[in-house]
Amino acid sequence: MKRAAYILVRNPLSLTGVILITLVVFGALFADFIAPFPEHRGAVVDFANFNKPPEWPYLFGTDLVGRDLFSRILYAYRISLLLGVVVLAIAVPVGVTIGLVAGYIGGWTEYVLMRITDVFLSIPPLVLAMSMMGLLEPTLTNGMLAVTAMWWPWYTRLVYNLTRSEKEEGYVLAAEVIGASKPHIIFREILPNCVPSIVTKMTLDLGFVILIASSLSFLGLGVQPPTPDLGSMVADGAKYLPDSWWLTVFPGLAILVAVFGFNLLGDALRDILGVDQ
Amino acid sequence: MTGLLSLRNVSKVFTLGQREIRAVDDVSFDVVEGECLAIVGESGSGKSTIANMILGIYPPSMGTIAWRGDVLPARRELRHRRAIQLVQQNPLSSLNPRRSVGASLRLPLDVHGIGHRSHRADRVGRLLEEVGLPAEFMSRSPAALSGGQRQRVAIARALASESDLVVLDEPTSALDVLVQARVLKLLAELRDKRGLTYVFITHDLSVVRNIADRVAVFEKGCLRELGTTEAIFANPQHAYTRRLIAAVPVVADAEVALRNRLMENDNAAA
Amino acid sequence: MSAPTLRIADLGLGFRTWAGPVEVLHGISLHINKGERVALVGESGSGKSVTARIVLGLLQELKNARISGTVEFEGRDLDRLSARERHALRGTRMSMIFQDPTSSLNPVYRIAPQFHEVLKRADPAISEAAARDRAAALLSAVAIPEPERALDSYSFQLSGGMNQRVMIAMALANEPSLLIADEPGTALDVTVQAQTLALMRDMVEEHHTSVLFISHNLGVVREFADRVYVIYKGRIVEHATAEGLFADPRHPYTRALLAAVPRITGGGIPEIEDVSEDYYQPLVVHEGCGEPEGAA
Repeated sequence: MKRAAYILVRNPLSLTGVILITLVVFGALFADFIAPFPEHRGAVVDFANFNKPPEWPYLFGTDLVGRDLFSRILYAYRISLLLGVVVLAIAVPVGVTIGLVAGYIGGWTEYVLMRITDVFLSIPPLVLAMSMMGLLEPTLTNGMLAVTAMWWPWYTRLVYNLTRSEKEEGYVLAAEVIGASKPHIIFREILPNCVPSIVTKMTLDLGFVILIASSLSFLGLGVQPPTPDLGSMVADGAKYLPDSWWLTVFPGLAILVAVFGFNLLGDALRDILGVDQ
Repeated sequence: MTGLLSLRNVSKVFTLGQREIRAVDDVSFDVVEGECLAIVGESGSGKSTIANMILGIYPPSMGTIAWRGDVLPARRELRHRRAIQLVQQNPLSSLNPRRSVGASLRLPLDVHGIGHRSHRADRVGRLLEEVGLPAEFMSRSPAALSGGQRQRVAIARALASESDLVVLDEPTSALDVLVQARVLKLLAELRDKRGLTYVFITHDLSVVRNIADRVAVFEKGCLRELGTTEAIFANPQHAYTRRLIAAVPVVADAEVALRNRLMENDNAAA
Repeated sequence: MSAPTLRIADLGLGFRTWAGPVEVLHGISLHINKGERVALVGESGSGKSVTARIVLGLLQELKNARISGTVEFEGRDLDRLSARERHALRGTRMSMIFQDPTSSLNPVYRIAPQFHEVLKRADPAISEAAARDRAAALLSAVAIPEPERALDSYSFQLSGGMNQRVMIAMALANEPSLLIADEPGTALDVTVQAQTLALMRDMVEEHHTSVLFISHNLGVVREFADRVYVIYKGRIVEHATAEGLFADPRHPYTRALLAAVPRITGGGIPEIEDVSEDYYQPLVVHEGCGEPEGAA
């Protein structure tokens, strides 16, 4: 831990990442207490105060039906982070397991699994998500499904490469000579050595999941109103640039802060955990 | 006469694309119970390939390997695995860096069901003490240990299965000379105490001279010479053996004299 | 009396780490006269390899390294030179051979262009053809059969022994005053190692090159070096001629090292302490050895 603190202090960018993400997560978790207008996350209208530029008490201004943008952004963070966590909670175990098995067992298993993975990897992620959303109803759940379907192969590829190199290490040979079972070798010997890379990637991915989800919403394929979503907010506000600039700029900055923050945090983790790719 | 382990006409051929490589060519020898047999050779001699076949990592292309008279199958059973264990050269990579020393030592106990579950932690502690390390080391990570300490853990792990034969593949080559002396002493003590049989693979003839009972010299996959240590060093029959001994960098005058004598014989024989 | 080729006085090296400062070298001093072969013998962690890297100027660039003391090359204080002047010395007046020959050569290029790079350090205008001729001559000098074929090969196509000889040829190509050899031959088979070391000895004698030979292998040192410094945990503990050291080792650490080396004449494995208070005893210098005063 002391070493982690040392590395963070030496590198201001890493520290920035930690601070930004702490703010984002804090904001998302405690939105109920921090948001000045918690009810504005729903279907509330307040035409008396609509389209106001940033001024007290509306820190980021209000949208076209009078809702406080700051509050809505905090709740949108909650949705984005939830989306990120759920997607990763499904995609990572699936992707990692396939990668481990393909990398260690080899032979036909490896061939079949990796070719399936390649098929998924060859389709541009956003296109895959868009086509899925086109077939399904645009809801949050379906949005999560679509993003998950295109996320797991990246973990498979990462872990597959790691497994193939770890397989040659002395401790794997030792376990084989002792007579340990294949599941033991895969999950108790090799997997722990992949964890630093996996965790680093997960952190970076949280930022990207938010970006992809925002892109989907921006295209109208993600969450539907009145649920607050950063991408939809940017889309809705784009028509009113440059006059009602706050409608687009603040949600856009919110996306930027989250993605940038997770990126920096991921880099910091990479330094701390000693991952070399 | 069959020994503990018998190799008969063992060959191993690897195919790399179009080419065939004969890593081991028609090798036969026995390992006698209780002895320390040294397998020496340089790179390409086939010594590592032989070790791997003895350990069951891959089967021979031709010939048989027999354990106590029974031919070993290509896919080893658990009881065979328990009987033959391994100590590797590189102590850093032979222990899983992400598992504690205790976890690595427990593995053979769990796999072979040695002792009752609840007592296994104690057994791990006693294994550590047997190799000269404090029992508290079981909670440490391998990175926190020195090279010599890690190698002791690797030896403890080989002992954990209560095996009869231990294959040691260059166990001290990566260690400093003072640490090497300690580890070699430990290995000799353990062999006496537990009645183990060692197959000691190395390129270092000066180590061989002081720890092996018999020596098998390999070159390019073929067994060139096999004999007792005294005989091999006093009067090596094969030219390659003489060349090997003569090439060892030595520190004492007596050793230089031995080398010169051997080279004279070599030149005379040539 | 000309200045020694290399003079190190009271060299100290420390690193700042997350756990606090770590001292690696505690003020070591050594010198090499022209044409001498000096060995620096120690185990891993003794500081022998970092010493070589300091001489070449490779460590000074690390941000968290703290270096004190003097390093003089042919009478010039290396600290007073600019980065460019130091860089100009590398590959021309001083060169280095590393432990693993195959990984020290760039696998992406054939041998000939790498030789060209080396020769260009001394003569920037040298043409490819002229470089090739000179390289072929150098390769024959290191007993490489078919030098033309070797020049057209990649490092992974040649054996370890041949790669080591290529490295020796490259290191001596520009006739350096100082050759630093970091555990040469360790990665080679023992028969090949014997040949390579004999070759190195002949070549440095021929060119009157001074050599700083770093090793943990006492047998190799005995066959190669004129004088020996024994280093333990960042301190020089004994300094003698090679003959003197092996005939009469005086420091407890040197004695332990020599006793621990297995003999091909037999005798078993002795009982040795791998760590001991005695090893920290102060420096023992044999008669006739000693450090010269530096240039003003």
